[in-house]
Amino acid sequence: MNIQTMLLQLGGGMMVTVEIFVLTLLFSLPLGLLVSFGRMSKNGIVRTISKVYISIMRGTPLMLQLLVVYFGPYYLFGMKISAGYRMTAVIIGFVLNYAAYFAEIYRAGIESIPVGQYEAAKVLGYSQAQTFFRIIFPQVVKRVLPPVTNEVITLVKDTSLAFALAVAEMFTMAKQVASAQTTVMPLMVAGLFYYIFNLLVAFVMESIEKKLAYYR
Amino acid sequence: MENQDQVLLSIDHMKKSFGDLEVIRDFSLHVKKGEVVSIIGPSGSGKSTILRCATMLEWMDDGSLSYLGEYAAKSENGKSVYQPKSELKKLHRHFGLVFQNFNLFPHYSVLKNVCEPQMLTGGADKETAEKNARSLLARLGLAEKADAYPFQLSGGQQQRVSIARALALSPDILFFDEPTSALDPELTGEVLKVIRSLADEHMTMVIVTHEMQFAKELSDRIIFMEKGVVAAEGTPEEVFSSDNARVREFIGAIGAG
Ligand SMILES: Nc1ncnc2c1ncn2[C@@H]1O[C@H](COP(=O)(O)OP(=O)(O)OP(=O)(O)O)[C@@H](O)[C@H]1O
Ligand SMILES: [Mg+2]
Repeated sequence: MNIQTMLLQLGGGMMVTVEIFVLTLLFSLPLGLLVSFGRMSKNGIVRTISKVYISIMRGTPLMLQLLVVYFGPYYLFGMKISAGYRMTAVIIGFVLNYAAYFAEIYRAGIESIPVGQYEAAKVLGYSQAQTFFRIIFPQVVKRVLPPVTNEVITLVKDTSLAFALAVAEMFTMAKQVASAQTTVMPLMVAGLFYYIFNLLVAFVMESIEKKLAYYR
Repeated sequence: MENQDQVLLSIDHMKKSFGDLEVIRDFSLHVKKGEVVSIIGPSGSGKSTILRCATMLEWMDDGSLSYLGEYAAKSENGKSVYQPKSELKKLHRHFGLVFQNFNLFPHYSVLKNVCEPQMLTGGADKETAEKNARSLLARLGLAEKADAYPFQLSGGQQQRVSIARALALSPDILFFDEPTSALDPELTGEVLKVIRSLADEHMTMVIVTHEMQFAKELSDRIIFMEKGVVAAEGTPEEVFSSDNARVREFIGAIGAG
């Protein structure tokens, strides 16, 4: 096998990795906000459910969660698992897991906003929704950016866990090619790929941080 | 109707507790159009709580509250019964509140701080809101600061912006909760000057303050609070010459007797 075919195969893996990454963020960032609302809800039942959810998601291995999402429908309901469900299961697993981490980050951010901001908005006649989306949330975004960046960098590396469900992402492909060709070259390419991916992530997050540095 | 004797704010027999702590025991206040009322008294006597109940940041336990004869809450069987939320929201246009620590929105420019409330809750279009904001800012000596962000301003400037923000909604009555207490002494003057100019224009105001000299000069009426009740009330002359021992002691301690 020449370098070209190897890169071609790894290239397919890269696309899958990027897909997992993008879809996970796309769904878990908003879902995390909903969970954080549940976590701070006045309703005790909603609060408890959110708390338990977060604690399970953060307290058990992501790989195990992926297996549960994939095999669960068969063992629990006897449903037939199609091959196409692999990727869906990976996305569901990642989204559920990351939403829990984001929820706690949002919660800390929301709780760090001084109560005076809510009071000023209320006296000025802002509705609750206006207060949240115009006054509170923009300030929360700025405050949670550093911890969110950490999670996003972890996510880049975590995508490799999708190999647990034999989804052909970057790492799975690299391992396959490496053992077939008895060379570590593909693994080194994979390592380089994750590294560059994260340099990119850091760069993007840094520019967002810079953009929000116009106020304190 | 629109005469000098019109009562803008009525508070009758307000009571408020936090848990077992009775903070306001029986407080009534009627403010007429154009009046300036100052509330003074020792720390913890309930001054802020009165303003917070009047501006509906807190709910009274008992008593009634109304603006221009429109009730926010009436006392029924020893409890305050509030109007539905939609009704209360309409009453918000009657008052403004200036906080001790400004509470400007840090992610908005000065101009946006003053404009957005007008557009969201005052029903103004962008152009009107901006024109109004700029003229208010100019009046308060902040014309050049329109594009600055709050963190770039001194405390005195921030407080003036927050006054502009409140004035922009043309409230009938403006409450101040220790507007200069968070400021360095050399900055209090500029804020007091603004409040004084508002008084000259007959803005109706209720001011909680520790600035005794200022209260004495400016107020039509001074209320001295102690432990949740009015310990003395009257014109500045009456209160400052009161023979109530606690009042004398307090005014003496503050150093403006
Ligand atoms: N949300 C609250 N929960 C519990 N206690 C409160 C709350 N708000 C105020 N209090 C208590 O009520 C009392 C009156 O408080 P308030 O802030 O009205 O006093 P104040 O006269 O404004 O004092 P200061 O001059 O220090 O501002 C204080 O004992 C205070 O600790
Ligand atoms: Mg106070």
